[in-house]
Amino acid sequence: MAEQSHQDIQCFHCGLPVPDGLELSVEIDHQAQPMCCKGCEAVARAIVAGGMESYYQYRTEKSTTAKELVPDMLRQTEVYDRAEVQRSFVRQSDENIREASLILEGIDCAACVWLNEQHIKGQPGVLEAQVNYSTHRARVVWDEREIKLSDILKAVAEIGYIAHPYDPSQHHQILEKQRKDYLKRLGLAGALGMQVMMFSIAMYNGDWWGMEQKYRTFIEWVSLLLTLPVFLYSGWPFYRAAWRDIKHRRAGMDVPISLGIIIAFSGSLFAMAGAGGHVYFDSVVMFIFFLLTARYLELVARKKASEHTEALIQSQATTAIRELSGNETEIVAAQELEPGDIVQVKPGETIPSDGEVIEGRSSIDESLLSGESRPCLKQAGAKVIGGGINIESPLRIRVTECGQETVLSTILRLVERAQSEKPAIARLADRVAGRFVVGILLLAAVVAIYWYLRDPTQWLAVTIAVLVVTCPCALSLATPAAITAATGTLIREGLLCSRGYALETLAKVNHFVFDKTGTLTDGQLEIIQVLQLSDDLSKDACLLQAASLEARSEHPVARAFIKSCNTELLVVENLSSTPGSGLAGRINGKQVFLGSMQYIQQQTGLEMKDDQSKKLESGSRVLLSDQNYLLAVYVLQDAIRDQAAPLIDDLRQAGIESLLFSGDDETAVSIVAEKLGIEDYRSAMLPADKLQQLKILQQQGATVAMLGDGVNDAPVLAGADVSIAMGEGARYAAAAADMVLFRQDLNVIFRGVTIARKMMRIIRQNLSWALAYNIIALPLAAAGFIQPWMAALGMSASSLIVVANAMRLTK
Amino acid sequence: MDIIYFLIPVALVLVAAIVAGLFWAVKSGQFDDLEGPAHQILMDDEIYPEKKDEEKKQEK
Repeated sequence: MAEQSHQDIQCFHCGLPVPDGLELSVEIDHQAQPMCCKGCEAVARAIVAGGMESYYQYRTEKSTTAKELVPDMLRQTEVYDRAEVQRSFVRQSDENIREASLILEGIDCAACVWLNEQHIKGQPGVLEAQVNYSTHRARVVWDEREIKLSDILKAVAEIGYIAHPYDPSQHHQILEKQRKDYLKRLGLAGALGMQVMMFSIAMYNGDWWGMEQKYRTFIEWVSLLLTLPVFLYSGWPFYRAAWRDIKHRRAGMDVPISLGIIIAFSGSLFAMAGAGGHVYFDSVVMFIFFLLTARYLELVARKKASEHTEALIQSQATTAIRELSGNETEIVAAQELEPGDIVQVKPGETIPSDGEVIEGRSSIDESLLSGESRPCLKQAGAKVIGGGINIESPLRIRVTECGQETVLSTILRLVERAQSEKPAIARLADRVAGRFVVGILLLAAVVAIYWYLRDPTQWLAVTIAVLVVTCPCALSLATPAAITAATGTLIREGLLCSRGYALETLAKVNHFVFDKTGTLTDGQLEIIQVLQLSDDLSKDACLLQAASLEARSEHPVARAFIKSCNTELLVVENLSSTPGSGLAGRINGKQVFLGSMQYIQQQTGLEMKDDQSKKLESGSRVLLSDQNYLLAVYVLQDAIRDQAAPLIDDLRQAGIESLLFSGDDETAVSIVAEKLGIEDYRSAMLPADKLQQLKILQQQGATVAMLGDGVNDAPVLAGADVSIAMGEGARYAAAAADMVLFRQDLNVIFRGVTIARKMMRIIRQNLSWALAYNIIALPLAAAGFIQPWMAALGMSASSLIVVANAMRLTK
Repeated sequence: MDIIYFLIPVALVLVAAIVAGLFWAVKSGQFDDLEGPAHQILMDDEIYPEKKDEEKKQEK
């Protein structure tokens, strides 16, 4: 029964079920609407109070839930008011007028854009606000005397979105400039090209029916006039790329393209100058126009992909927790740190700058910086590099060098890594295309000499046809076009590929390993039962100690404790954690342990009695103990995600077996596995066990995908053939994974598998088409059966077919 | 057929105007967001909360 009412009421704002017994509501359009949490309630109230109720009428997607709107994020915003931080992304047009670009997270539909624009514009002191729906970026102009940037960011958070400023002088901006540039070149080629084609129809007619020489000459001159800008301006990118290829002694596909265009154009000039023969201006413009179209489409797909990568990167650690005198801390931007400052780094976070460890002991992953793939253990006195990722325990670090450069370089490395890696099949196609180009150039030379000796009036037309008709483009476009289209589509759905080979591997996967907490379940653990095992400490005191131990951890278990403890936390000394097992530390001079039964037994030798553990409900059990006594036991449970069961079903139908590896105890794991129909599950696994099991699977010939979240999954993620991290999990997991799932929507995973498979199919189709086309067209052209204009049409059509076929992936 | 000596130059002028128009459009950002404006037309006019407050005050 209780289950029933759960399902029935949905939050009007975000669509999540409203928990039992919670009665929150907001009056929207004269009707009280239910809300699932305080967060959604606040957001809905802010929207109504701003007079923007019609948002609810126009939106086409439910809003992102406000439950998780991290207060951390809000505290950090004030960092952006500081002049040192603003320097990199704020432009000052007047003494008090500032302008900044923001990335907005959480935009799903056009109504969100409207809502954000109206709300930001409504803030006193904001002069201008524009949100771009395609890129999810906003431009804001404000008066510094009336409003601060942090207030604007907070205003956005008020209505349930997250905004962070970004430096527009970046990759995406460069691509946007390139896109505009291409658009102009393409437009020019299209507009002038159509005219040239029209005139050339007149001339072909003239060939057939006869035409007075004075008209022919006039039309030839007009065609030349129209072709010249297309030849020089629109064709420029090809010549530039070809020149670069020649300089580096590489044979790219731009070389024969440029050669074809230039020979056709200059051959036509000679014909006009008196050498006689046909002019080929129509072939020149058509060729340039169609090829530019293909390039433009590819560029747009690439730009879309980079936008999302940048959003991900910008949202990551550019802030640090700096210690002040006493026990207080403040959040500052990494750029602001000065040598001598002491910063705290939680597990899963990025180290903000170069420094020296002064307290704590933890493994640090510096693979992005040094290439060393194994995490190295650092303790007091050890040097750490900014950009490394802290894996297991909190650290205190004294800053030795200022951090701006180091942090930036990490970001760049992440992007570079994603872009530099090409899947194996693309590398093969590139190599083949390179040799192919050299072959064509040689063949064209042979054909030219042969035809010059046999029939001097024909040699130019045949040589042009050979150069133009062969299409290495289709060959080398086949793979990248499909990959960019597939990556773009998946990013739109919320799945980001950060490794080049990720999709190719995902298509081949036949085993899917899931982590439980935060992956198949929603990770919102709650304490459902508390059992006092000792009379020494009151219930509240036990909870306070447990929460204090967990204060610096990002594990879902930690959040459950911190959430249910309302008093101020205690100071913990000598905190140490064993990933996946438990924590220990000194509180008020007394050593306390918190963790799984196994961990407590290892550390203290204490065990729970059978009659005690019989009283416990099913769920994960966490024990609190000191050195001599068990103090309390907590049972935590968390809900299985709605989409988990359908996902497992879908995967099974696609021939993929699902497995569940979890660090939790047998009972908790078996309940979840049974509900979802997963036959193969293993419980109480340490990260090392998971990795070992994974390796065994791989040795048996399985291609394994791993979906995980959180710090302790990082090594397993790295070991899988292809790994997917939940985006809201700890950042370390995201850096180690091949793909990142941004939305809390498991359906996207199956979409990913489907699209990856479809992509491989399309790549194969493209490659076979390109190969077949070239094998047929080349001999025909060399034998002189193909006119240059036919060659131009055939080669452009071949490229377009490849790109259009790839574009099917975007639907 | 001598009319083409007049008509073709006219066509050229038109093409030049079209190209100039296109370049202007690209430069002034008409192509920056190709999806948003289609939806925006359906939305209500702009509402500024502080202006609404002023109106309410005047009513009182």
